[in-house]
Amino acid sequence: MTRSTPPRAHDPVLTGLPVGGSRAAARRVEREDLVTFINAAFSSTGQREFYGDAAGQAISIDFLHEYIHGNYRRLYARCLAVGLNHFNTAKILVRLLATTRETLVGGNGPRAARERAAVTEAWREEGRLVTAALRGLPAPQAFRSLRALAEQRVNNRRVRAIVRQWLGERRDPDFDAVKYRGALRAIVRHFHLRPPPERARFLFEGARGKPYAHPLFEAYRRARHDKRAIYELPYTVAEGFAARHRIDRATFLAGIEPRLTVRERLRLQAASGREGVEVRADLDALTLTRLCSFVVTRPLEERRARAEELHGALRRAARRIVEQQRWRLGAVGAVLDRSYSSSGSEEKRRRPLALALAGHYLLREAAERYEAWWTPPAAEALAGASGEAAGEVPDPALLLEPCGSTDLATPILAALRGRAPLVVVISDGYDNDPPGGAGEVLRVFRERLDPEARTVVVHANPVFDANDFSPRALTPFVPTIGVRDASDLPTMLAFARFAAVDAALDGLHEFLQARVAEVTATVEPLAAGEERP
Amino acid sequence: MKHRERTKLDFGGLRAAPSQAVGSVRLVPLVRDEPIEALRLYAVPTHADLTVVRLDPRTVYTAYVPHALVVELPGHAQAHASAGTQLLRPRAAPEDVFRVQVIDRLARREGGRSGKGSGSKGGKGGKRGKDGGERLRLLPQHLALDAYLSVGFAGPNVVWPELSREVLSRGLSPRSESVSYGRDVPGLADALRVFELYPGQVGVLLFVADAFVSALVTPGPDDYRRLHRTLVKDMYGELVIQHAVLHPEVAALWGKIDGSAVGSLEALSQAVDELRRDWSAFAGLMASGLVQAELDVTTVQRMGGFRLQRFLPSFHPHAENHVGEAIVDGSGRLAYLQTFRLSAAQARRGRLLATLVAEDWNLDETAQALETSRDELLARLRNNGLGHILKAHLR
Repeated sequence: MTRSTPPRAHDPVLTGLPVGGSRAAARRVEREDLVTFINAAFSSTGQREFYGDAAGQAISIDFLHEYIHGNYRRLYARCLAVGLNHFNTAKILVRLLATTRETLVGGNGPRAARERAAVTEAWREEGRLVTAALRGLPAPQAFRSLRALAEQRVNNRRVRAIVRQWLGERRDPDFDAVKYRGALRAIVRHFHLRPPPERARFLFEGARGKPYAHPLFEAYRRARHDKRAIYELPYTVAEGFAARHRIDRATFLAGIEPRLTVRERLRLQAASGREGVEVRADLDALTLTRLCSFVVTRPLEERRARAEELHGALRRAARRIVEQQRWRLGAVGAVLDRSYSSSGSEEKRRRPLALALAGHYLLREAAERYEAWWTPPAAEALAGASGEAAGEVPDPALLLEPCGSTDLATPILAALRGRAPLVVVISDGYDNDPPGGAGEVLRVFRERLDPEARTVVVHANPVFDANDFSPRALTPFVPTIGVRDASDLPTMLAFARFAAVDAALDGLHEFLQARVAEVTATVEPLAAGEERP
Repeated sequence: MKHRERTKLDFGGLRAAPSQAVGSVRLVPLVRDEPIEALRLYAVPTHADLTVVRLDPRTVYTAYVPHALVVELPGHAQAHASAGTQLLRPRAAPEDVFRVQVIDRLARREGGRSGKGSGSKGGKGGKRGKDGGERLRLLPQHLALDAYLSVGFAGPNVVWPELSREVLSRGLSPRSESVSYGRDVPGLADALRVFELYPGQVGVLLFVADAFVSALVTPGPDDYRRLHRTLVKDMYGELVIQHAVLHPEVAALWGKIDGSAVGSLEALSQAVDELRRDWSAFAGLMASGLVQAELDVTTVQRMGGFRLQRFLPSFHPHAENHVGEAIVDGSGRLAYLQTFRLSAAQARRGRLLATLVAEDWNLDETAQALETSRDELLARLRNNGLGHILKAHLR
């Protein structure tokens, strides 16, 4: 038994000093920094994980943001184009907008002028990227980000233009005023915006004062004294009024049911079941990952009873992603981790397992030939479940529960034996039977059995390891990519080649540039005076 | 009925699986290929803040006991449990405890004397109420700790002039030891939470900062799954806390595969199996303080083909000293085991008392047995909190 440290994504001993001196070293550091950051920003959400607490996660990801922002501002902005998760997108755009002043270049003379021109060009790109990113955020997160800017007292021409533009594009500003009243009020006040008079009065007076002409505002006003009016409001707002009127949960859920959004419906499945109220979620309106999260948190009996329905919905959701992204793969082997650690945390219940299930369905739809190995094997779960219904389940993966230890070495060996050109491992990287076994297998395989890399192995990790500032790697010989949403898998597989030890920085730059061009093409530039802070 | 022997524990049929380490805590799963079906084990929470066990009419054992263990022989109709000590819980309904009367009077002695730990935990209590069948209740770890506390508890039989009147008339009573609650060991609760049960796991070896702390073995995987969480409520010695505080991380142990010998995927797969097998031997080595140790084993109880035993270590100051209780089958195979590692101070006290008892409390002979002088022995007794057994002028 040797005593050594677990492998890290960038092993200094292993990589050694590159040929080419300090400039090459600087480029390598830049590439590694960026890869680390993008990986982290794909997987981390600052929430509690199975192995790490929320505080540690938050400190770790905050540090990465500060570090990349301080050293590579332009690349930091470009990361907005790769499709990071919402949590990190919001963090980036707040940080970029809050620190524009730092990029101002003073001085006269040709050098300052050149720098100023470069910075102006960077602003232009940044403005469009931020506008596009803000558009892509879900409303609650976008409002929260703008409110954070207001609280940080950030106010300049560019921010005002971006905020105005974003608010102007909202489909139903009156609805926003009701649902996000606090945030919108803070934003309007701070940025000196001028909403129409009635909306302004609603924002600042709320339920006090005279009746409103707008039915939603009026419903809000009446809801203070009229129990019936609360059912005309959005669920999150109505919930507060229901508590004030002491309406019991069952009555409230039955009344508010038509107003629920897709995700609220999903969230309320369990509560409504308990109260005996039927709240049906439309499974086809959900994204694949969300659907998987839903499936793996259902009790086994329900999963078995609705197996056909769930299986169909999962396949359709996977096909939607594959068709949208025109994603085709040849033969693929998948190694999927459903060990006990895939149960996630209270905040991310069974998220790693959901990701594995989503990857399972997605890869199957995308690949010509597909084979999956679960660890511990799926067959065990079925054998354990009462045998009678086992045969009727369309896919045994539907019935998996997180349990048992993680033996990645055996399924990886099985997948390598299948000779598929692509093997995807979806696991949190904690491999304990034997510890480091998977890493050793992959190392020896790459060194001895497949030095030309005919088989590409990619490790997709849904969990951000706060101590390592990156998703935990199995071995430096295999690129590890962070994944939070299964629909990022195609992007991340393309990105994986930059995470390899010997990748070049230029490729990464080109990759980013292409994504930036794609994203900025959809956004008109800000007006000439507004692109600078 | 009381049967003592000096022997090693038989870990036959058990093998260690690869360990899982979190922070300073390392857990090594123990796996049994054939679970022992003839015995079931589960925990019954006691809900009492303080448990008082009456060992005999004049001796009580007081401790915080989070749960009792119930041992059952499935499918056995005849009652076997015989009384040892009996557990009296305040407010306990009599039928809970005593539904079936105590049959075996001999065992009453077996329970041993015990001391009282005020506020702290002391150790012991084998209690069995046998309700309606082949069940045995025991208080895990306390049974073993009681054995430790009862060393010399009854006091001397010979009135040596150096001994105080107190010890001559009352023995060592009250005798107490303090231990820590598992929840107070930094990182232990987390390590147990994130631990991934190994398929077929029936037990665990617990290491803190790679020092062997305790072992838990159960008859079958279901029993272990039920008892895994109780580890956090168990007792641990001060050494464990020290280690956990001083060494927040243990090194990861990774097996290396020698790549040069691997020419095919089959060979690679064999190398992985090899790696896994290595673990078993290695864990045995890490836990050699218990696995290799000669122990003083006393049989407390017989039930079906099984014997409930408790054991004391050699009290050697430079060795690991584990006390514990075990249930073994006819061939000596372990069905149940739980141990507690004594701290160095506890081991020293144990050694002094055990030697005193062996030498019939004669100080000169005891000093000789300990290879020391009489004065040195007196100093050691004082320093180890046993000064009260001496007359005032010797303290």
